[in-house]
Amino acid sequence: MRAVEDDFEELYEHAPCGYLSTLPDGTIVRVNRTLLELTGYDPGELTGGMRIQNLLAVGDRIFYETHFAPLLAMQSVVREIAVDVRRADGTRLPVLLNAVMRDDPGVIRFCVFAATDRREYERELLRARQHAERSEAEARELARTLQRSFIPPALPEIPGLQVAGAFRPAGRGDQVGGDFYDMYETVDGWELALGDVCGKGVEAAVVTSLARYTLRAAAIREPSPSAVLSALNRTLLSERAGRFLTAVYGQLAPAGHHFRLTVCLAGHPHPLRARGDAVGEIGRPGNVLGLLPRVRLTDVDVDLAPGDAVLFYTDGVVEGRRDEELYGEERLRRLLGASRAMGAAGIAEAVVNEAVAFQSGLPRDDIAVVVLKIPA
Amino acid sequence: MSVMVRNNVRITGRPDGRPMVFAHGFGCDQNMWRLVAPAFEDDHRVVLFDYVGSGDSDLSAYSPERYSSLQGYAQDILDICAELDLTDAVFVGHSVSAMIGALAATREPARFGALVMVGPSPRYIDDEGYVGGFTAADIEELLESLDSNYLGWSGAMAPVIMGNPERPELGAELTNSFCRTDPDIAKRFATVTFMSDNRADLSRVPVRCLILQCSEDVIAPVEVGTFVHKHIPGSELVLMRATGHCPNLSAPEETVSAIRAFL
Repeated sequence: MRAVEDDFEELYEHAPCGYLSTLPDGTIVRVNRTLLELTGYDPGELTGGMRIQNLLAVGDRIFYETHFAPLLAMQSVVREIAVDVRRADGTRLPVLLNAVMRDDPGVIRFCVFAATDRREYERELLRARQHAERSEAEARELARTLQRSFIPPALPEIPGLQVAGAFRPAGRGDQVGGDFYDMYETVDGWELALGDVCGKGVEAAVVTSLARYTLRAAAIREPSPSAVLSALNRTLLSERAGRFLTAVYGQLAPAGHHFRLTVCLAGHPHPLRARGDAVGEIGRPGNVLGLLPRVRLTDVDVDLAPGDAVLFYTDGVVEGRRDEELYGEERLRRLLGASRAMGAAGIAEAVVNEAVAFQSGLPRDDIAVVVLKIPA
Repeated sequence: MSVMVRNNVRITGRPDGRPMVFAHGFGCDQNMWRLVAPAFEDDHRVVLFDYVGSGDSDLSAYSPERYSSLQGYAQDILDICAELDLTDAVFVGHSVSAMIGALAATREPARFGALVMVGPSPRYIDDEGYVGGFTAADIEELLESLDSNYLGWSGAMAPVIMGNPERPELGAELTNSFCRTDPDIAKRFATVTFMSDNRADLSRVPVRCLILQCSEDVIAPVEVGTFVHKHIPGSELVLMRATGHCPNLSAPEETVSAIRAFL
């Protein structure tokens, strides 16, 4: 008895996929029955000098010439290329092509798998992916817009004092963080705030906005930096913000060619003052805000003389890492010392640039700085 | 970022030979020249590169603005010419690179001594009184085709290409990148290529020019090659026996001897 499976002719003609052989230039020399059934062509219609390229929809023909044929020439094998075959009746059949090129005799053998359902499924996946990419782009835009609202578009002009702020979001800037700063004029002079809400994302953003506007409101009725920060602490607790923050707050009043800076720290890194060759910390440590009902905060008066520069910054500057190495406050002091002759904007830019470069261009945390400089 | 790294520039051949720059077209990368370029290494300084966005170029250097026209790609070539300080170079451009080379040569003629256009087309879409071979709808379809092969190329396709039972000697180094492109960049390059119209630039080509035209090339039909020949003053047209759009792969010997005869 001869088993049907042993009949190679039968196996070729009625295989569960279409077979098609071409010369190296694509001229079709042989096809099996299955392929004719899939495409609806009569025997002989495809092998009368037609090339496989002509069997493809036009767009796929370009893809064939620019990708499929070169790949085949280079590798002798190409698999799973999705194209549409034009049927005899003009309709299209989505297929997957596998092909092998044989040098001797020079022939390309194709397997043609009907893939209508698979293609529809892939189109759905593709649509889902495109949708996801659009949503991601929107979310990124939202994060950037929100982030921009954490810092003022411009800082006030203060006679006799240069001020500059700089901000660099973490990573590629597609996640909203919690660093902020602000500066505004009051009845007695100018006030500035710089802070860092713990965490990232929408919840941190809500607290950041709350902080910024609470500080502005408190500045009107509270007499001192510590009183302003205490008011913010009360609001964070009463609003059940659920996140703590660190901040530094300063009041500036002109005094001849000098300025008096009253500064208060709440769990925040000390601002640095550059005077002559010395760079030193200013302010006294205080409690983080949003955790405890009573916070210990101290106001410190600092004199700013012509030539002095003061740097306020968030921990994203000093906690940046290169491998295991921390950027650290020492490096920041040296940088401030070296750049103190520059204007406020130059110093702010130098600090952000160095902090970002230290982390190979992709900072892990937000970076915010404000610089005050009294021209010499 | 140095241009050499950005464009994955590879230099072989005689350091003191006449420079010969090979440029790949839309679809693949400098490997398209692997059967042709070595034939010129004995007497030329052979320069191969990948356009930004293709092959092993630095993808982070890709900007949709810069590469929104063929001039952006021409700038890649001029950057490489400047970096290597090339003059009187033979530029061999396949497919869309033929026109990119023409634009580059027009902008800085001193860099180029001869232009070899393999399967050029100044415009792919039919126009009144002009046969490009395609309609705008066909090009839309190509973009869809790129989309259909998007899923495969990004993930599943790579390992399939890597393991190559038919020619194991090709190995991963080649198959890694060959014809594999960021799908988004591929679609942009396709759009820039197939929507381009450089017919008006042909008459300005300032260097000797050879046009290699394949028979039965669906991307650049014979009518198009003839059009290019007619509009580039003093150009030579060679009709090749090779079929298809990639004689550099399918008929390297014929391609090499046609270029040699011209030079």
